[in-house]
Amino acid sequence: MDLLTKFIDTYPIFLKGMLLTFQLTIVSIFIAIFIGLFFAFLKISKVKILEWIADLYIFLVRGTPLVVQIFIFYFGLTSLNISGFWSVVLGLAFHNGAYIAEIFRGAIQSIDNGQMEAGRSLGMSAGLSMRRIILPQASRRALPPLGNQFIIALKDSSLASFVGVYELFNIATTQGSIKYDYMSYLLIVAVYYLVLVLFFSIIVSIIEKRMASSD
Amino acid sequence: MSDSIMIQVDKLNKSFGDLHVLKDIDMTVKESDVVCLIGASGSGKSTLLRCLNFLEIKDSGIITFEGSQVEKETHDLNEVRQKVGMVFQHFHLFPHKTVIENVMEAPIYVKKVPKAQAEKDALALLEKVGLSDKKDVYPSKLSGGQKQRVAIARSLAMKPDIMLFDEPTSALDPELVGEVLATMKELAEEGMTMIVVTHEMGFAREVADWAVYMHDGRIVEVGHPEQLFNHPKEERTKNFLDSVL
Ligand SMILES: Nc1ncnc2c1ncn2[C@@H]1O[C@H](COP(=O)(O)OP(=O)(O)OP(=O)(O)O)[C@@H](O)[C@H]1O
Ligand SMILES: [Mg+2]
Repeated sequence: MDLLTKFIDTYPIFLKGMLLTFQLTIVSIFIAIFIGLFFAFLKISKVKILEWIADLYIFLVRGTPLVVQIFIFYFGLTSLNISGFWSVVLGLAFHNGAYIAEIFRGAIQSIDNGQMEAGRSLGMSAGLSMRRIILPQASRRALPPLGNQFIIALKDSSLASFVGVYELFNIATTQGSIKYDYMSYLLIVAVYYLVLVLFFSIIVSIIEKRMASSD
Repeated sequence: MSDSIMIQVDKLNKSFGDLHVLKDIDMTVKESDVVCLIGASGSGKSTLLRCLNFLEIKDSGIITFEGSQVEKETHDLNEVRQKVGMVFQHFHLFPHKTVIENVMEAPIYVKKVPKAQAEKDALALLEKVGLSDKKDVYPSKLSGGQKQRVAIARSLAMKPDIMLFDEPTSALDPELVGEVLATMKELAEEGMTMIVVTHEMGFAREVADWAVYMHDGRIVEVGHPEQLFNHPKEERTKNFLDSVL
């Protein structure tokens, strides 16, 4: 089959792109989890000014297109001599951090208040109760939406191609333009994305099953 | 019964917004006393217990615990709470930890007891509440009565000087109430100081040294359980007892 030979001919370069897509996603989500946790704590801090800061951040992220955010990070950070890859990673982390903050906030607030009280009544400080009692339970609840966000981030990382990062989508359009055959390479790259998404979905569901063993 | 005072409350007041929940509460609990607290829903029983455990901070009044006046400005309330155990109506076991981990958690992370020691102590406590065979299961696999007994063991693991029970059996199926009351009775016999919110009159009669009737945020009547239940002096106590018995 024609498409299959194209696939076989180009797989070394697509695999490189896949690795880059993978790195973009993993690294940006890793950072976004810390950003998200930080802003989730601001939101539940019950300190008005901190809540406003978190609200403002979430509003900025939700209120602007991701592609605009990526361009701003790219032009802003490369002018400070930060590499294209890292500017995009930070842009994606900034973006996903807002959604992850909301995921964590929802998960933390979904834990019965009695859990915190039980911890406190044993003499545990609020911080210790949060760390030992609330967060472990909240992370379990956050896992399905986090997995979902991870998959969204994976697909969103394709926007990095617009600022020249040589990830999957960029490779597809480049191949398409070199060979005057966009459709074939778009179909091929779709397969790569599907494989990646499938791979991560399976990993997330394995982790979920492991964690659910106590319920 | 010793005569030293465990906890003394003077003119305790607590409001939630406009709602004045505790009104000038006075109460003295001596070491090894077992006190039963009864009263209608909303009369402030839970709030009183929660103030004694500083889960709720009083508006005014004095709480003296083991001879020292406890104020949030001068005391580390986390330290005070270690000495004041609390058992909740809905158990609040930690669902992500096994039974023994529930019991070991606070000794290890608050008191820094070495793990091996904490495990040994936890096992002894589980033995005491009759649940050592359940040590490695998760709380979701336990019956309500078993959960509550684990919750009691978890509290005892901090070696508290007083235990507060907030309706410990009212979330339980009737056939499971007995096992929890038996555990509590055993504790009382060992000399634990206890304040118990309960409507289990049988338990109160048998175990309590005295009983308190609360109405609308006030202590209306205090007396020996037998006297308070059978010959209440106050009309309001009588009406309440008629309605629950
Ligand atoms: N955190 C809170 N915020 C506002 N109101 C509260 C709060 N906690 C309790 N209250 C109110 O204070 C009053 C006393 O409540 P409390 O729980 O102490 O009563 P109770 O005697 O324990 O009742 P029950 O038998 O139903 O448990 C109730 O009207 C309740 O709605
Ligand atoms: Mg109550």
